Amino acid sequence: MADPHETPPIDELLKGLWRENPVFIQVLGTCPTLAVSNTARNALAMGLATLVVLVGSNVVISSIRKLVPQQVRMACYILVIATFVTIVDYAIQAISLDLYRALGAFIALIVVNCIILGRAEAFASKNGVGRSALDGIGMGLGFCVALSCLGVVREILGYGTLFGVSLFGAHYQGWVVMILPSGGFLTFAAWILFANWLRKRGVSS
Amino acid sequence: MSDTAAVTTAPAPIWPMYRSMVGIGLICGVLLVGAFQITKPIIERNKAEALARAIFQVLPEAASSKTFALGEDGRFTILEGKPAGQAIVYGGYDGTGRLVGMAVEAAGMGYQDTIRLLYGYAPEQNAIVGIQVLDSKETPGLGDKIIFDPEFLANFTRLDVTLAEDGSGLAHDIVSVRHGQKSQAWQIDAITGATVSSNAIANILNKSAARFVPLIQAHVDDFRETE
Repeated sequence: MADPHETPPIDELLKGLWRENPVFIQVLGTCPTLAVSNTARNALAMGLATLVVLVGSNVVISSIRKLVPQQVRMACYILVIATFVTIVDYAIQAISLDLYRALGAFIALIVVNCIILGRAEAFASKNGVGRSALDGIGMGLGFCVALSCLGVVREILGYGTLFGVSLFGAHYQGWVVMILPSGGFLTFAAWILFANWLRKRGVSS
Repeated sequence: MSDTAAVTTAPAPIWPMYRSMVGIGLICGVLLVGAFQITKPIIERNKAEALARAIFQVLPEAASSKTFALGEDGRFTILEGKPAGQAIVYGGYDGTGRLVGMAVEAAGMGYQDTIRLLYGYAPEQNAIVGIQVLDSKETPGLGDKIIFDPEFLANFTRLDVTLAEDGSGLAHDIVSVRHGQKSQAWQIDAITGATVSSNAIANILNKSAARFVPLIQAHVDDFRETE
């Protein structure tokens, strides 16, 4: 990796969207990616919740990075991340109980989403607050976009709806496998194939 | 990633470790308490609203509701304040204050996890007149049809729960039958591909109705004498 201080700040934001996309390129955080992407709404909500936690933890961790000794840094990072996740958990319950029911146990699992700890360890602990915030926003948006890509495909095929709006009329027989975890794997594989094809094409031209 | 931190072998000073761990722990603790306190009233209001919506859904004729607690003597009394572990039954009344039915909460094991539901019981019709699933983790696309499938929910517009002659239980157990084979008013037409979840609903209703319907029938006036 190039010295991060040489890259322009805007690049910290953009890299997460495509060049270092956490889901399609780094293949991190696949557990929530597969589990919560069965509808577009769930996927988007999970992506946004992760985005909030990621930006918050990146900012805090980069601002305390000089105060925390090497030996206990992981414990401190997890503490910060867990706090943000719990706050987001309460916030979602306050905003919509229906949404909370749909996301269920996966909110709490944001704590161990390896994208968040990965960015804390690989980026926020070595860079300034501004850059870390940009990195968090970029990676979070990248995660959000990737999850939505899966969610849209799975909802259209599995339920015949998009964001709950029926597309093919009442007689569409849903493709149940797409809603189940196995459909998540299939869709995920198809998107990674597409992402790799795009990347290869970009390199050769 | 590639630039891993250098591993130090010298013994580390203890004080900065304590300082950072305890300090971060304290700050996080304060933040959590703050977030909990701020969101608690909103979350409780949301839950109460969801429950109120469910009560009016399972008792379509009801316009207002009152909360009753089941006492140890089997009588129902209006509940003041918060429930302290007693069973709760909601009485539903129409616009003129006439009793139309009771909403009862019931729970039981589903395919993956506990299903919690609310059902409406109309004593004058001897029937369950509506159910609403409050909480479930049934398989999306299959088992979760118990929540919204219109054909399945049509089972509960008038599900017979007539009492046995001695008044101690139901005359007929509520059972689920294979899709399209419902022939009696106390049977539930199961969803194809969601047999376990359909059976679970039938079992939950049967168990709860067998307990509450006799109690309610014996003391229907408990719900009326509250004007």
